[in-house]
Amino acid sequence: MLKIIQGGLQTTVQDGGRFGWYHIGMPPAGAMDQFSFRVGNLLVGNAVDAASLEITFAGPTFETTEDAFVAVTGANLPVRINDKQVPQWVAHHVRKGDRISCGQVQYGVRAYVTIAGGIQIPPLLGSRSTYLLARFGGVEGRRLQAEDTLPIGTPGTQAESLVHRRLDTRLVPKLQRETELRIIMGLCSYRLTDETVAEFLSSTWEVSNEADRVGYRLHGPIFKFKEREQPFGAGSNPSNVVDVGYPVGSIQVPGGQEAILLMRDAVTGGGYATIGTVIQCDLDLVAQAEPGSKVRFRAVDIEQALRARHENAARLAMVADSLSLFDRVGLLGQ
Amino acid sequence: MEPRYDFGGDEYIFVEFDIEMSLELNFKILSVCQQIDRDKIEGVIEVCPANNSYLLHYNPDRIDPQRLVKQLREIEHSAEHIESLSSRLVDIPVLYDDPWSKECAARFGERHQDPSITNLEYLMKINGFTDKDEFIAAHSGVPYWVSMVGFVPGTAWGYQMVPRERAIQAPKYVRPRTDTPERTVSQGGAFMAIYPVRGPGGYQLMGQTPVPIYDPTGSLVDLRERYILAIAGDRWKLRPIEMDEFESIRREVEAGTYRYKIVEQEFRPAEYLRDTDRYLKRLQTAAERC
Repeated sequence: MLKIIQGGLQTTVQDGGRFGWYHIGMPPAGAMDQFSFRVGNLLVGNAVDAASLEITFAGPTFETTEDAFVAVTGANLPVRINDKQVPQWVAHHVRKGDRISCGQVQYGVRAYVTIAGGIQIPPLLGSRSTYLLARFGGVEGRRLQAEDTLPIGTPGTQAESLVHRRLDTRLVPKLQRETELRIIMGLCSYRLTDETVAEFLSSTWEVSNEADRVGYRLHGPIFKFKEREQPFGAGSNPSNVVDVGYPVGSIQVPGGQEAILLMRDAVTGGGYATIGTVIQCDLDLVAQAEPGSKVRFRAVDIEQALRARHENAARLAMVADSLSLFDRVGLLGQ
Repeated sequence: MEPRYDFGGDEYIFVEFDIEMSLELNFKILSVCQQIDRDKIEGVIEVCPANNSYLLHYNPDRIDPQRLVKQLREIEHSAEHIESLSSRLVDIPVLYDDPWSKECAARFGERHQDPSITNLEYLMKINGFTDKDEFIAAHSGVPYWVSMVGFVPGTAWGYQMVPRERAIQAPKYVRPRTDTPERTVSQGGAFMAIYPVRGPGGYQLMGQTPVPIYDPTGSLVDLRERYILAIAGDRWKLRPIEMDEFESIRREVEAGTYRYKIVEQEFRPAEYLRDTDRYLKRLQTAAERC
């Protein structure tokens, strides 16, 4: 068991995500920075998408009621085991009753606590991920709080092989103050003038304070729409369209005043014009972009998007190789 | 307009059939989506029908996106003639002009077009009604076709099955509210929607249903498998009720004993389009006999 002493700012149980339920309005949820989360699971010998804790800005304090292996990956933050500071991206052997505490995030936004055997709360619709907005999954659909206890599964790897397992520092993802995101333009971008599309791609956007698991509001230039008579059922504002499905990673422009980039707890559809979709692996970078940081967009086509996707998978395969994991079945998850 | 296929990043395909809303088009989209489900294409995770478009989620590690688009176009062409769709007739009891909607509308009055009257009165005014009972009879007399499900779990876009000139329409709030009671029945644009959970929103507030349309606790047997009530292609029939029935249904819901009144029927779009009112009446009569 993992016993929460103090929940932190917003710590939730997350896994690879809940897929196949978008059509009922249920977004995938799951770890926002999938790469760091997967590396964390590899470090402790789990399946890459085993349930873990996602920390936001300030971490929890917890105890384990038996011996265990624990790693903390993702955003940079101080981690202590019984008051002794320990490094991230390393599998630590903790003893029954040890107290693990995570401090304030220094760079990035989200960190992951993975534990050998994974967190074994009952799955809902095939996933243990927490979807806060509709109080679904995880622990009663909410963030963790003091006195919560989480069952731990049986470790999948011999404990001896985990001792001193650490990620080569050259493979640790680098967090940046300015992030470039690859985007496939389209969806309802026909609503925008050509000048606005060009300006969208050439501008630097600032991550606002309204940035959470549902979406990131970005501040930048105002969008201009092509003039038209609004079609029946769309609504009167030029940014309105007859309600459509919103892909995870899509950008919408309500009123033309701001851009909202939908993340893994996305609202699944609505009536604002969407103008393009950030490719899935780049959402990991968004997950670590803090308010005030900058993002830029680079338009790619589907072939370039697939190449980026394969490079990302190859990077994870390299991590697995470096940890001498020869059995990579299911590495790509989903 | 020819359907337009577009890539939504590396995992989604967006297919838009037209830019305006029509039921005829939505029937076609549902029929295409039901065929995609039946075909179980390798690599397709799911398809989400919407009002005049659909969104498909797939895994590009398992199917080439261009090849998938080609397959989707073939399904689109083969689904040209729709004989019938499976569609459920669902009874939704509604307490119109309820105290919670009025309280909420008053609280957010400064965000509304006309805070001197209730949202329901505002809808009556802009749709040319002077008698409240007459308005409620029009709003609840003909079922709503669920043309899309989403936003948050369980939200259903309901499009009343009447000719366009009889459609009740409503602008959204000038600025969205930050709060709406759970289970509020509302109207925005040409759509009726019920709020599955308490939260922000911009639709006009008109009533409350005692029955949940989303239940994360799984306490009601009819919602245990999918956690939500709506399925695209449902017909939701709103039934005006009074406070005493509202309260008695609430007690059943809270005790976990409430059963939804749902009748599965074959729906024939061609017959509907040929003889709208009579066809709906026939389905309603058939449902009442069940």
